[in-house]
Formats: sequence, structure tokens, C-alpha cells
Amino acid sequence: MDRECSEVFSEGQRSQWHGFKSGTWTETVEVRDFIQKNYREYLGAGDFLASATSDTLKLWDRVKQLMQQEQERGILDVDTALPSSITSHAAGYIDRELERVVGLQTDAPLKRGIMPLGGIRMVKSALEAYGYQLDPQTEEIFTRYRKTHNEGVFDAYTEDMRQVRRSGVVTGLPDAYGRGRIIGDYRRVALYGVDYLIADKQQQLRSLEVDVIDEPVIRLREELSEQIRALKELMAMAASYGFDISAPAGTAQEAFQWLYFAYLGAVKEQNGAAMSLGRISTFLDIYCERDLALGRSSEVALQELVDQFVMKLRMVRFLRTPDYNELFSGDPTWVTEVIGGMGEDGRSLVTKNSFRFLHTLYTLGPAPEPNLTVLWSEQLPVGFKRFCAQTSVDTSSIQYENDDLMLPYYGDDYGIACCVSAMRIGKQMQFFGARVNLAKALLYAINGGRDEKSGAQVAPAMPPLTDEVLEIDGVLAQLGRVLPWLARTYVNTLNVIHYMHDKYCYERLEMALHDRDVYRTMACGIAGLSVVTDSLSAIKYATVRPIRDERGLAVDFAIEGTYPAYGNNDDRADQFAVWLVQAMMQELRQQKTYRDAVPTQSVLTITSNVVYGKKTGATPDGRAAGIPFAPGANPLHGRDCCGAIASLASVAKLPYADAQDGISNTFSIVPKALGRTAAEQVENLVAMLDGYVHDRGHHLNVNVLQRETLLEAMEHPEQYPQLTIRVSGYAVNFVKLTREQQLDVIQRTFHERC
Amino acid sequence: MLSSAPSTNAVRGRVHSWETMGTVDGPGIRYVVFMQGCPLRCLYCHNPDCQAITGGQEHTVEEILQDILRYRSYLRHGGVTVSGGEPLMQPAFVAALLQECQRWGLHTALDTSGCASLEAAAMVIPYADLVLLDIKSGDPELYRTVTGGSLTPTVAIARYLAELGKPVWIRYVLVPGLTDQPHNIGAVADFVATLGNVLRVEVLPFHKMGEYKWMELGLDYRLKETPEPTPDQVRLAKQIFGDRQLPVT
Repeated sequence: MDRECSEVFSEGQRSQWHGFKSGTWTETVEVRDFIQKNYREYLGAGDFLASATSDTLKLWDRVKQLMQQEQERGILDVDTALPSSITSHAAGYIDRELERVVGLQTDAPLKRGIMPLGGIRMVKSALEAYGYQLDPQTEEIFTRYRKTHNEGVFDAYTEDMRQVRRSGVVTGLPDAYGRGRIIGDYRRVALYGVDYLIADKQQQLRSLEVDVIDEPVIRLREELSEQIRALKELMAMAASYGFDISAPAGTAQEAFQWLYFAYLGAVKEQNGAAMSLGRISTFLDIYCERDLALGRSSEVALQELVDQFVMKLRMVRFLRTPDYNELFSGDPTWVTEVIGGMGEDGRSLVTKNSFRFLHTLYTLGPAPEPNLTVLWSEQLPVGFKRFCAQTSVDTSSIQYENDDLMLPYYGDDYGIACCVSAMRIGKQMQFFGARVNLAKALLYAINGGRDEKSGAQVAPAMPPLTDEVLEIDGVLAQLGRVLPWLARTYVNTLNVIHYMHDKYCYERLEMALHDRDVYRTMACGIAGLSVVTDSLSAIKYATVRPIRDERGLAVDFAIEGTYPAYGNNDDRADQFAVWLVQAMMQELRQQKTYRDAVPTQSVLTITSNVVYGKKTGATPDGRAAGIPFAPGANPLHGRDCCGAIASLASVAKLPYADAQDGISNTFSIVPKALGRTAAEQVENLVAMLDGYVHDRGHHLNVNVLQRETLLEAMEHPEQYPQLTIRVSGYAVNFVKLTREQQLDVIQRTFHERC
Repeated sequence: MLSSAPSTNAVRGRVHSWETMGTVDGPGIRYVVFMQGCPLRCLYCHNPDCQAITGGQEHTVEEILQDILRYRSYLRHGGVTVSGGEPLMQPAFVAALLQECQRWGLHTALDTSGCASLEAAAMVIPYADLVLLDIKSGDPELYRTVTGGSLTPTVAIARYLAELGKPVWIRYVLVPGLTDQPHNIGAVADFVATLGNVLRVEVLPFHKMGEYKWMELGLDYRLKETPEPTPDQVRLAKQIFGDRQLPVT
């Protein structure tokens, strides 16, 4: 360690770290070690929790009013001229007297900033969609003088890439806005203070004074310099609110505030598709416990801090186009926070703060953000398991992910970016790659590479299947020719996108809160898994006759007989799903990736299953043209008819090893089907999660509600402003979904037999 | 043991259907096997499609067992319940199935009306960790009206279970205008209070979720006009059991 670092460090140790056990974290930036040395596992139940304070409730009422106005207008307000950056806007408040944690993205609550580095076109069209005009000077700067990510991408796109994008076989690409899914280790700011982090980064820069200054070294040196600049801006931003965050946080209040500033800096500068928070609650609990032990705080005061911190997270806003909202409805920001999970030493990472954060779903009422994600392990303390299950039954606002499955991959200090993407905090990032439409790919296989809607030759030409009845071997052989092309075009497209994003829209602050050398994944994805699975099963077990139009394209299918469908724990169908995941991953692994990122894949659609369905013709499983896909890895609506557990068992067969970016499953059950009494419902939900996790299922959104409630909310949205429902990897205010998406949610399988 | 397994597992039974996530027939999450065939014709039956002894499909114990085992992870705090229909109409099959489940460490429950011979019951009960015993009426006359059968075998089986000290849940279906007279409920409660092996009494509010099945089968559903009991009616019925110090839910 060099001289500057040790000086900063020793000063920190003298005061703010008082009472903490030292370890490697005191020598080097290593938050995990700090947590492991200092956290106190909590094995009890939720009976210690306090209610919201009157200040919190007053503040929340004010915010709810603003949110109501926002809901009516689309957006509340927006700065049409000044691009948002860490320091662009003056300090903003909701009600300074009432706020325990301060800081807003712009100078007023819910006022959105513009972030043109991702793409000026999207900024312009989003503003126009809400009745605003982009300031002409700003437009000129970002068209004439400063290139954006979006422009860079389209400069380099090949004709093939444009075509797959147009046809929708590759879709949702982050080529016009921020890619997101990068989690800064925001805890570092609280634990070390910014001075120390800058000194550390300066040392990293010096470590790159090497003999050969080639392209990777040049790039990293420039990035590190940008990171240092961003950290300095972060200090300036905090100073505008009257805080000096150069030194570590000394109290729980400061720790929440420092950490929030770090996250705020990120969302002031990046309009990422998902701006996730990481794994902060147990880290912060250490400060809470210390304050309690010193008599400096109380349960009421700590819950107030958590509530107000969470309230700020609920207020994160980005300016997005209506197009984007059609894909990902309800203004999601994916402020994903993971809670719970086990440590490598066998203790769980459950603390009182794990409870306090979930408790915000009661103190402030249910809400989609932050995206509260419980890392479930069979070994979690039973009191916590029950508390989670109870909260799910009451609020339908939690998603669960399998910690027993992920811990061997990522250790015990990983977070979830967006919905299901695990990554070591501060040590790993991903290049977000949206997804390919497998159902369309299957139709290309049948139609000789031509698009079933436009008729365009999108995939390389190959002889179309002309059989009167589709034969499984023939279809699989054709699919085996489409998938390599699809994977190649897809990854090449992602390479272009992420090259340009690094160049024009680099996440300076988020990456400043990472180690120098990070592990990168190229996070590919697939949509339409259940449609293709059922189609292959239908072709194999029933008789499927393509109905061809005058262009010779199969635009519909006549099915005789029945076939086993995915979602009934029937291997005849489920093995096709497993095969598809493996086959696609196999192809992705062959590809050369930008910055040597390791390819991974997700089975996740979020709410985009509706739009993908719309763009896809009829499929051999009997799904009509335009009908939504099932979300993520879910069985198709209504086809899983052997009970809830059989449906879960089918999804749990998908191999995580071949879908390390996550396998999303959304599960809706009516309360009565979970058990007769409230206590039984909780116990049974716990047992269900234990079973799913034991069988290596990866992710589960749990909704416990009646279909009637949703129908009622469609009729009277004003009475259900906070009705929250898990969709695919995130939660939304039900009333903010488009009508099409609302109907899609209502048509999904509700397990109700009892 | 091993040598007898193949023959036991080859026993065949007539099974109506199964549910992978049963949560109302015994503790925890349960795999519920609905057996085909029932001697009673309860007016409120919600599985009338299980009544005829000729329906369903024949399966071996081994076939059902193998399917159950695929859900073992979920059943660790629950188990397997054999319901119906009336499981005691096929005692050899049910006994063999429950025995196999026990060997695999699964908790077993028998859901019965008790309308069966003591011999049949004695075959199955050793392999049931818990018996869910439906007593459909306390008054013998009314019992016949409600079920078309006799209360006597149910009483005999209840006493037999008490002698064995077998854990039992008593279930009572509350149908307004039919089984809700206090003296009738009181008669059940008085009897149950003498048993000593009852861990729980469940008062099940009548519901019409099975009505569509009567229509499908072309049967005359006589409770069309009967309302579901109000929360107050349910509370009153529970009170009658509670007054006898019975653990009622």
C-alpha cells in the first residue's frame, strides 16, 4: 500500500471504524470481509419491528400525492435542456424538515433528467411523447458535437444485424439507451469514504504503468481516470447537500446517507435498463447494531431510516419512450436488493435489517420498487422464512432466488442485477444482451429462413420443410441450422453494442465502485421457451400439418390429437425444454465476445412476452398468431394442469449450468389453495419454496391473490394505487400495466385447486 | 421385506385422479390420491365423479408410488393422503400404497367417511400415520338423509381408532339447513369428546365448487338453492366443538 492510502485509512480507523473488528477489509477494499467479521445473524421472528414514524408517513403522503399526479400526466416534470450528471442539478428535497435521508435525481421530486449519452433520439422522442420539446441547443450538442452510444451502434451495425432487429428475432437490445445491469458496490462509499477510494483508484492507475501500452491497457487507463473523476463529482454532489463524504460514515444515519449518495450518483448519470442496488441491508445492519449498542439509536429510529431510504428508492425515475414501456411496463427501474442467503461459514446472512427492509412493504405499503429479492436457502432461519412467506401472502411483492444453487458459483456476497442475473458485488459485471425469440427461430427453421410475417429472407436461405405433416427429426435438423446462425448474429450484435456503450456511455461511477479487473459475462437470453417446447412435443406426439399461404410460408398449423405439454412434470415434453436451453447455450459458447466476456444465457422475458407474441406468427403448438408467449420459463397459460407442484417441477428441470443468467418463473396462487388457515398458508409456502429450491429451481415470483381482485382493479384503478403483482423478475403496480398486459396477467395460470 | 415388495407393488387399484399440491387434506403440502368408488351418496359431495366403482383408471401401487416420489422434496413437511371416493373400498391397494410411502419416509393420511367394514379399516390403518375421519351427521336418521348410508360403521371405526390411540382429525361439513342444527352438531361433538385421540376438528363450510361435476354427470344436484354458511354460522358450529374442549379449526 502506498503512502497516501495508509494515511487516509488510518484516519478512518481512528474514528468511524470504532468498535468494528478489523480484518483484510482494513488493509484493502474488501466489503465482504467487513461484513463477515462484523455482522450479527438474527434468528428470531419479526416481533421486534417498529411502525412508521409520523414524519415518515407525512413524507410518504406527500410522495404519494406526487405519484398520483405523475400517474395522471405520464410524467410529473422533466428537465428538457440540462443533461443529467452526478453534479448537474442543485440539491433537491421533498420536505427538508421531514427527511432523514436526502438526495434527489434532479432538483425536484420525480422530476426526470435527460441522459443523452445513451442516445439523443430516444431522449427527443420520449420528451415529445409526453408533450415536451428537447432544448434545441442540447439537441445540437448531441448531434453535431458529441456522438452518442446509439449513433455509434448504428454506424457499425451490419445489414444482417439490422435485419434481425427489424424482424424481431433478436429484440429488446440496449442500443438506444443505457444497458444497465451493472451494480456498483455502493457500500464502499459508506465503509471507506471517497478519499480512500480515490487513492485506491490512483494506485490502480499507477499499476498500469507497464512496458507494453496496448489497447486493453489504454482503455483501462482511460476508464480508471474517468472513475476517479466520477468519485470527485460524487463528493461535490454530497457537499451540495451539506455532507462531506470524503471520510467513512460514522453512524447508521451516515451509512445510509453515504450509500444512498453513491447509488444516487449512479442514477443521476445512467439511465440503465436496470439500476440494481446490490446487497446492502445486512451491511447496513452492522451500523444499526453498533448504534443500538452505543445507545445512539432505537428501533423506531432505525425503521425510520430504512423506510425513508426505501422511499427514495421508490422515487427513482427515468425518461423512457412509450415503446419501451410497452416492453417493460410500469416504469420499472429494477432497484434490486437481495436479502438473506447463507454465508460460506454456514451462518445465514439474515439480520434485523433483512426484516426491516421487507417490513417497508407494510410501513409504506406494497410497491414494486425496490425489487426485493430473497435469496432462499433451505438452511435459512425458520423465523425469517416464515416472515418472508407471510409478507408474500400479504403483499405479493417478493421474488425468491435459489441461494443453495448460486452460492457455489458466486460465493456469499453476490447481488442480483435486474431480475435474475447474479454477480459478485464489485467484482463482476455483465454486458446485458436482452434476448432472441426462439419461437420465431423455429418458424424460420420451418420456412427456410424466411420471416413468417414479412416474408423476408432473414436467416440464411435453406430449403423449407415441404412435408404435409411435420416430422420431428426434420424440424430438429432445420432448427440445428438456424441456431448457430442466430447465436453468431446475436453475439456479434451485442459486441457492437457493448463496444459502443463502453466508448460513449461508460458507467464511470458504477465502475469506480468495482475492482480494477472485473469478471465480465455476455448475458444472452431466450424468449418463447414454452412455445417451442410445446411445438416440438406437438410435432412429435400429435399430427401437425402446416397451412401454407401463397408465398409458401407456414402461417398456421392444424393439429390432430393431443400432446404432452410443458408444465406437467412430463419428461416427454420437458426434455425438449432442457434440450433447447442446452442447445442454445452450446451455440453461444462458440462465439467470440467483446472484452472476452463469458457467454451466459437467461430464460426471462419480463413483460415483453406480450410484444414478442404479437410479432410472432402462429406456432405448431396451436398458439395463434399474435398471442402472448408465457413469461420467462413459465409453461404456457393454462397448459400446466396437473397442479402447482407439477408445474414447478417442470421448470426446475431446466439446467442452471446452461442458464447462469437466470431462469425466471412466475407463480400465482389463490390464498385458499395455499392452505385453510393463515398459519398453514405460511407453512405451506415455506415448504413449497424449500421443495423448489431443493430440486434446483432457480427463481420464483410468488403472487398470492385472487383473479377477482385484478379484475376489480382493472375496473377501479383509483382504488388500487399500490396493488403490486410480480410479473417476470420484477414487480409492477398492476394499474400501470397496459390493458393488454393486464389481460395477459389475468389469463395466466392461477393455481386454485384445493 | 424386499422379496415381498414386488408383489405388493403390483397390486392394482382404481384411481380417479391425483393432485400434486393438496393443502387441505392433512398437514402440509400433500400428494392426494383420489380413489374411485364410494358407497355413500352425500347430497353435497364435491367429487361425484368419484362415486361409481367403475370409473377411473387402474394403476399399480408402483406406478402411483413412482409418481409420488418425484415430488418428495415438496412433501417433506406434508406427505401423502389417500382420499376419494372412499379409499376403504379398495383396502389392499390403499394399504400397500401407504405402506410403501411410509417406507420412503413419507407421512401418510387416510381420508375416510368410515363407511366400511372393520376388517377393511384394520388392513389400512396400520399404514396411516393420521386418519381424517368425516362424520357427516350425529343423528343417525339425518345421516341417512345426507349420505344414503348408515352411521354405524363410522362410529365403530372411530372407536377402533380410539382404542389404537391413532391420531385422528375429525371433519364435519357444515351445510345450512341440512347439517347445521345445534343438536346434530352437538351429537357429533359429544361422541368425539369421548374418543381421546382427536388432534383436531375441522368444520368445513359447504361450498358448491363441485356443482358443475353433478351437471356434467347428468345428476340432480339437490343443494342448488343452499347457500354457503355465513362466518357466524361457522363460528357457532365451531363453538359447539370448542365447548367440549376439542381442538377445533
